[in-house]
Amino acid sequence: MTLSRSALFDPEYFDHLNQYSFGLLKPKEFLFLSLASEESQFVRLNSAKVRQTGTVQDSILTLSLVYESEPGRLHKNSYSLTLTGQSYEDQIGIKEAVRRLQTEVRNIPADPYAELPKDAESSHFEKRGTLLESSEVISQLLSPLNKTDLAGIYSAGPIVRAMAHSEGQKHWFYTENFSLDYSLYTSSQRALKGTFAGANWNPDAYAQEVRNAQKQLTLLESKPIRVPRGIHRAYLAPAAVFDLVTMLSWGGIGEASIRQGDSLLRKLRTGEKQFSPLLSLEQNFKKGEAPRFNSEGELAPEQLILIENGQLRNSLISSRTAKEYGIASNHACPSETLRVPVVAAGSLKEADILKELGTGLYLSNLHYLNWSDQPGGRITGMTRYACFWVENGKLVAPMETMRFDDTLFHLFGSSLLGLTETQSFIPEVGSYEMRDLGGMWCPGMLLGGMTFTC
Amino acid sequence: MHSMDSSNDFSNLEKALLNFDLPQADWIGMREVHEKATHRMVRDGNPYINETTVSHGVMVEVLAQGQFGYAATTRRDPQSLRSAAEKARDQALKAAQFGVYPFTTKHRPPTQKNYQSTYQLPFQEKTAGELNATLIRICEKLKRSSKIIRTIALAQIVETEVKWVSTNGSRASQKFSLITTDFEATAQEGSVTQKRTDGGFRGRSFQGGWEHFETPDLWQRVERVAEEALELVVAEECPSETTSLILMPDQMMLQIHESIGHPLEIDRILGDERNYAGWSFVQPENFGSLQYGSALMNVTFDPTVVHEFASYAFDDNGVEAHKEHLIKNGILIRGLGGIESQARSQLPGVANARACSWNRPPIDRMANLNLEPGATSLNDMIASVDRGVLMQTNRSWSIDDFRNKFQFGCEYGKLIENGKIVKTVRNPNYRGVTVPFWNSLKKVGDSSTFGVFGTPNCGKGEPNQMIHVGHASPACLFENVEVFGGSA
Repeated sequence: MTLSRSALFDPEYFDHLNQYSFGLLKPKEFLFLSLASEESQFVRLNSAKVRQTGTVQDSILTLSLVYESEPGRLHKNSYSLTLTGQSYEDQIGIKEAVRRLQTEVRNIPADPYAELPKDAESSHFEKRGTLLESSEVISQLLSPLNKTDLAGIYSAGPIVRAMAHSEGQKHWFYTENFSLDYSLYTSSQRALKGTFAGANWNPDAYAQEVRNAQKQLTLLESKPIRVPRGIHRAYLAPAAVFDLVTMLSWGGIGEASIRQGDSLLRKLRTGEKQFSPLLSLEQNFKKGEAPRFNSEGELAPEQLILIENGQLRNSLISSRTAKEYGIASNHACPSETLRVPVVAAGSLKEADILKELGTGLYLSNLHYLNWSDQPGGRITGMTRYACFWVENGKLVAPMETMRFDDTLFHLFGSSLLGLTETQSFIPEVGSYEMRDLGGMWCPGMLLGGMTFTC
Repeated sequence: MHSMDSSNDFSNLEKALLNFDLPQADWIGMREVHEKATHRMVRDGNPYINETTVSHGVMVEVLAQGQFGYAATTRRDPQSLRSAAEKARDQALKAAQFGVYPFTTKHRPPTQKNYQSTYQLPFQEKTAGELNATLIRICEKLKRSSKIIRTIALAQIVETEVKWVSTNGSRASQKFSLITTDFEATAQEGSVTQKRTDGGFRGRSFQGGWEHFETPDLWQRVERVAEEALELVVAEECPSETTSLILMPDQMMLQIHESIGHPLEIDRILGDERNYAGWSFVQPENFGSLQYGSALMNVTFDPTVVHEFASYAFDDNGVEAHKEHLIKNGILIRGLGGIESQARSQLPGVANARACSWNRPPIDRMANLNLEPGATSLNDMIASVDRGVLMQTNRSWSIDDFRNKFQFGCEYGKLIENGKIVKTVRNPNYRGVTVPFWNSLKKVGDSSTFGVFGTPNCGKGEPNQMIHVGHASPACLFENVEVFGGSA
């Protein structure tokens, strides 16, 4: 892919806008700037044909102004605008944004939990990739399919996340990546799901990925069976584990959620409920899949243990929450959500999964999870894609879609029998507003019982 | 600089369009969107969010050799728009031999319509300080007991201007004023925590102005939300049984959205969403024959309701929008598919090709999707139930990828015995399967039970798009539904 040399991907242009913005400040004013830019190619596929194809060049600058009306009395507001990469026009937009912020911030009440910029470490990260030329994408994507029905989305291009504040701190994160998030279908419309993603396009690896998926697809050709409702043993492949653990970002692992009554982990903290000693979860930025800094410029620890052997060691604590409850921050993002979680591996060998499962359900993916009782940790959702009924260690047939309704205290607690010895990286491929970064490292999970309701 | 030129000034776009002279392009269209969203939220009496986001860009779409390609850009000068058009054309040409359908210029009909939301109290009439003061006062009123451990009040306003021009004569504009408000009280006693909101997660969403926020009943609603949160922490769990179920309009909106709206989207039926949002149990041959629900069920796509959240004059393919029945007397007759999906499927559809902003292409979306009122008052409906549960206000939703098996949860329940409400129950949930569930519809409330709601958060599409939709419904009675409570 011929990469854009737009100013929006140039750290010097970001510096230029920073200096211009900071020059507009009045006494007792402080400014945080956050930049998110991308130049993306999207190809949407259905039936191994092109449904929609196009490019998006987008850039959003968020200016957060803090005004100290009296010592320690802070007022805060923010204004985001799209950038063009054209200096004159962007400066006019920023000037108008700062003017509006300055007028408004004096008109809103003090925020007791707002923070002033801190003098802290800056960072610079750049990772270049080798992406497909735009003109080659469609032919390369479709050529190995050989009439296999595929639906999905190819997304590729550079992404920037950056921040700076008026006290001199600056972070820059630039990456180039691609992902093909896809599903393949049998003639009877049974499907399996995959994601082929990375920074360097490798046509041989892609062809191999397609061949492997096509081979697995044949397992889905037989007639699906209806599994009765009830409690069944289950093996959750890493993509299914990803869905369960992601629920902790929905009012679970954040300290504010625990303190304010939303989170199931309140019961874990008080000892009312337990997770299995087999379960350990950390956040780990060492592999550089996502920026360590948050919108206030704080660097999260490179590694933070959250759950260790079933015990809640740390929650995600933003500086705002820390100030409100008088505790130490671990520089979580303001939403206190997981960014690069890692679920610890166990000792279950890949070759032994079916044998250890015995009779039960092999679940490749879950779908549409939601809390049915959030403080109680009760969750509901569906099975999806390549799910099988297994008897005596052998795949018998694909199964019809089933609903489960169970608590995380059960699934991650007394039901958890083992985790695979290898982990898979499940990349975040969402693209609401902009393409997501990061992902989760997780193993497969063997459960002694999971409750299915219909 | 960052406000769009007035709606009837198309000079920048038209000038660019005239100068394109793009070889191999059969059609070019440009959709310029300027959107200003302001979000204010107060938690426990303190400011939590005071943010404004302005998004401004142009989606350039080109038809070449039967394939549309697009290029979206924040740069709006003629040279950049031409460059975007070239990119879009090149995308189209590379895909042309692999396209799902040979599109023509008739799939982008010319329109000259103009539309503007109506409102009584414009957003400019309330300053940030005034709005923060009102939100703080709501939190103070909600905090009526030490058992209330968290209070939240919020308002989100969105002002959107869309201009649409094309080489086959479109010159149209739409201006939307959207408002979403909510407040909530979370109560805790011992290990029981319960939350009550004003209409569910952003359910109070309308087109209009501040008249939808400071309504005459605002402070009564605040009182009620706090009172009901306190009721819930000492209430019994909803029983687990198969019984009669009355759903109030602020839960019906979710029921309509998930089990009628999404399965009727023709792009889902065609498989476009198989890799993300999912497919549909509805087959093309079902149109005109499937008994989707009981004969009391009448569902319309209605973009003409003045204050409903997703009213408009034309969709993002330039197709003029009209009210249409999708389900009449329980029979499925029409799908939710825009002009492209109609051509691909040969099914009857509506003008619902919508994009969430300038940076995404249009796809089939719900807009206003409503269940028409029936003839039963709420009192008569309750009186007709020997035993059952009345549920109000959505808080949880999950449904399979074919939109068959669902499980939904509500904030607030009432147990009904012998035709009377006897007590409050907490964690009311229910599950079912779409077509049998709608065929168990036994009574539809009259217009006195009718409520108009909406949501800014309907997610779908690849790349992903979050869009606003409206839903209106009366209260409804269903029979033989599996209901249950929360975790032990």
